This record gives sequence, structure tokens and C-alpha cells, in this order.
Amino acid sequence: MNTTELQSTALRVREHILRMSTKGGCFTGASLSCADLLVYLYHHFLRITPDTVSQPDRDILLLSKGHDVPALYGVLAELGFFNVSRLDNHLEVDDHLYWHPNRNIAGVEFHSGSLGHLLSVGIGMAVDARMRGYDSRTVVILGDGELNEGSIWEACLTASALRMNNLIAIVDRNHFQANMRTEELIPLEPIADKFSAFGWNVASVNGHDFADLHRLFSAWEPCRDGRPTVVIADTQRGHGVPSIAERADRWFCNFTSSEVDALIDELHGHSEARLVSETLHVR
Amino acid sequence: MTMIPYERLLLDEVTADPRVMVLTAENRGHMRNIPPMLGDNFIDVGIAEQTMIGMAAGLAVRGRIVVTHALASFLTMRAFEFIRTDVGIPSLPVIMVGMVPGFLSDGNGPTHQAIEDVSLMRTIPNMGVFCPADEQDLLLGMPHIIASGRPFYVRYTGQQSEIKHDPAFKIGKGEIVYQTHTVTDVAILTYGLMVHEAIRAAEELERIGISVKVINLKTLSPIDVTLLLDAVLSNALVVTLEDHFKIGGLYSILCELMVKHRVMCPVHPIALDNKWFRPGRLTEVIENEGFSARTIASRIRMALDNTSRSHHVTSVIG
Repeated sequence: MNTTELQSTALRVREHILRMSTKGGCFTGASLSCADLLVYLYHHFLRITPDTVSQPDRDILLLSKGHDVPALYGVLAELGFFNVSRLDNHLEVDDHLYWHPNRNIAGVEFHSGSLGHLLSVGIGMAVDARMRGYDSRTVVILGDGELNEGSIWEACLTASALRMNNLIAIVDRNHFQANMRTEELIPLEPIADKFSAFGWNVASVNGHDFADLHRLFSAWEPCRDGRPTVVIADTQRGHGVPSIAERADRWFCNFTSSEVDALIDELHGHSEARLVSETLHVR
Repeated sequence: MTMIPYERLLLDEVTADPRVMVLTAENRGHMRNIPPMLGDNFIDVGIAEQTMIGMAAGLAVRGRIVVTHALASFLTMRAFEFIRTDVGIPSLPVIMVGMVPGFLSDGNGPTHQAIEDVSLMRTIPNMGVFCPADEQDLLLGMPHIIASGRPFYVRYTGQQSEIKHDPAFKIGKGEIVYQTHTVTDVAILTYGLMVHEAIRAAEELERIGISVKVINLKTLSPIDVTLLLDAVLSNALVVTLEDHFKIGGLYSILCELMVKHRVMCPVHPIALDNKWFRPGRLTEVIENEGFSARTIASRIRMALDNTSRSHHVTSVIG
């Protein structure tokens, strides 16, 4: 594993996310928290490339917390699933790069946006892979706030009952939901115990540490007893950009273009950007 | 336990095409025997309608055709957003078979009364709605629904057939199930459980000299526009009969079509109007709500009287 290369890709993905945070904006904080995770998975875990994007036995990644799609757009563009210049079309009505993923984008396996859906869709896709005898893996990225949805826990019971050991859920545990810290609203802890009680194999990882991600995912194997796996990835909302990080009011961001320039400087280690744009509520 | 014909149909479909999957949210009343025979092509997800629909979408996007089963009220309402979002948006070949719809929930009470199911399902773009009159109608239609390559809601009716249906089933094509005169006074448009009741009502009306034709629409989306417009243009009264809320069902569909095609005629809706029905034994429910053949016949006779009177008034003023 070339950590330097992963880091520089992750840096470019964060630049893409920030560049999409203007002229209409996007969910910047939630995208920054899972950027490293997605960079790692697409480089070292998922068996999928632009050339195998339609191959039936490819690995599948689903973004159940669809509003973090700028991170996925950035990773897919960096890996050549589509041209990086296409990211400039963000929110143009004649392209398909909007606030939630959809299958008009090469590499996107299923649309989302409504929370609590893709764990069950992922079970269906994993059942199909198993019936066909593929050893492919289905990975579903969940938000921690998304765990408020009852349909997630319904699907957890079913996945466990069906012994879906080719299914991996990853919780992007960035500790925030839309307006506040998760523990201030609907406390989730102990998350690991909850999944464990639902019959899942539980692992934890630092979602921003490539060495730790590699330690976990390079050794991952389907549980022999059939349990599905959940990885609690400890992350930080807005990671990499201190003036956005862990700020309850930086959920959805629509900055001016000069603010974006200043935030990109900040990303590269310069002083914190002076932000004047108010918190914006999504319509 | 003897296999029922619907089970045989599912088994045949899966045998003929291994892409076909049968899912249920622990609704096994109509499939007691086949689960072990279907092997991996059968999944019972437990009492989890949302998970079942999400899974069905995941299976369908990978190239499978999925026939899902749950009680109609929970399928169309608890899982509505999953149907609309996961199945509807990508228009995947997932069939939602809703059990005990309409009056068939008999003694269950309002929690189980799927009497807005047609209304809900037909708002989803490209969603088909199939409402068979009885078991024979169901069996004739299902292979076409499964082969259609699109999402479909099936308002399951497994009642014994009292009539012989046209074996040439076609999605979007209804059938005339009762007509004794070339020219009729009244056309009863109906679907599902009410078809047989409508035929018996028509027989009563014929005895007192009112000629009636009964149309079994089979699919409400797409609907047989030609048959509907013909009924509107060639009868003194058109009756819509449905064990469904008046809003959003066949009556609404007919009104939309009449406005669109700029045709008019007196229409008398017989539907559940702004209330849930009193639960009880099926025959008593039907009687109590005024949907028995006898009551339908007398409601139609009165509506026809009012129609001729108002026609008379109009002509006097004119």
C-alpha cells in the first residue's frame, strides 16, 4: 500500500468536494468525513475498475447516506470512471451530478437520498451474488444519523437471519447528524453492542488512518458462521478542513467562490479561511 | 396440504425462468407448500415489508424478476416509499402482490383495510395495477404481469370463478363479462371481488327491464380507454363499482378520462365514501356496506330514475 499516493488522492478528492460547495453547494461536512474511507476502499479493497464496471461479479459499493456523494463523485473521477472535468457540471440540469447518487453516473450502483434504504437493497444484491456463486462483496456505507431509521434495524435482522456474510456495512461514525451531535439527539452508543446483539460481526477502525483501514480490510474474510460484518469507522465531520470540522452549522455548505479558494488553501495547511456565508438550510 | 393453483403458477414460473424469485413478508397463506420446492428462489424476510421491497429492488437491478407478497395494506402503505423510491424510480421488474385487499380483509378491521391501494399505486410512474376478478382471472393474468418487465401491483383475489374469462389476456384490455342486449341502458365498470356481485346485480336489473353490460377492467393501469369511452358514449348511465375509496380509484380514473376526452354522461359511483367499512364476515360486510347484488341493483335503479328525471328537467329548460 502506497500511503503517500492515497493521501494525495484523498487531498484531491477533498478539493473536488470543496469546489462542489458553491454555486448551489452540497453536503460538505458529511462528504469530507467519508472521503478517506472511499479512497481506501476503491484503491485496495473493492474489485472494481472503470473496465469492470459492468462485470457481473464485480464488488458493489452502495452509498446509503447518499448526501455524501460528492466524495464518491471525486473518487470515481480520480479513478477514471468519468472525466474529472465533468465535476464542473455539478447541479447543471443537463447532467446528473446532483446532491444524491443516481445510476446515470458510471460506478454508481443504486440511487439513494432517502435514508434507510440501501441496506435492504444491498441484501438483495448480495443474495443475487451468492446465488450466482460469485465471491463478490457488497459494501453499504451508512451514516450514523441514518441509524435513527427503523428500516436499518429491520434489514439488520434479515441480513443476520439470511447469513449474509458477503455483506459489509460501514458506519461513517462522524458523530453528527444534520443539526447536532448524534449523542445530543438520539444517543447511538454503544453502537457496536447493538449490531453485535443483532447477530453481526463488528469491527472498528479509524476512518482517516490508511494504515488502520488497511490492517482491517486487507485481513477481512467472510465469517464462517455466516454473520454479516459491520465496520464502525470513527471519523470526523468536515475532516481535513478545520474551519468546517465538527461544526454543527456546516452540514450543508454553499460558499462564495473566494471562500472556496480560501478553504482549499486551508486544506493545504494554510491558515483557517474566514467564512462569512451563513449556515444554509436545504430547501 | 394440496397445492393451490396460485402456488402451481409460481412454481411453473420459477421453473421456466430461474430469474424469477418469490419473496414474502411472512405471508404464506397462499403458499403453504412451495417454499421448499423453490429452494434459493424463495425468501421469507419476516414481517418486514420495507426490507422485502428494498431487497427485491436489489435483486431486480441485478437482473431478476421478483414477485413479492404481503398483506395489501402493509405492502402499499408501510412500504410505500420503498416501492416508489427503490422500485418505482428505476422502474424495476418487481411485482407487489397485495393479499386480502378491499372487503377481503373482512373481520380484520380498519388497520387491514386496503381501500386506497389502487389510488396509491397508480400515482407511481410506470407502475401497473392488476385487479383480477377471481382465481381464474389471476392465473390468466399473472404470467403476462411477470413477463411485462415493469413494476406491477396485483390486488390479489383468489375467489372461486363463477364465470369463464376470455383466455386471451392482454395488459390494458378489459372484458365484457355480462351483456344480453346489443344496446344497453347501464354499463357497470368494475374490478376485483365486485365483478361477480355486479353480474348478479345485472341479472336482477334485466328482470325488471333494464339492460346492463358489466365490464371487468382487469388492469386499472394501464386501463382500457376504448372500452371505457364506449361505455360512456352508449349508455344512459355508467356505474363505477369498487371496494375502494371513491377518491383515487376507478371513479377518479373515469372522471379523468372523461374530461381528457371531452365526453359526458351520467356517472354513479358505488365506492367507499370517506369512511372505513364495518368489519365482520365477508358476506355480511358486503351486505352491510350496500355492495350486495340486490342493493347494487336498487342503487342503480334509483340512480337511473334520478338520471331520467334530471334529463327531463334539462330538456324542459332547454
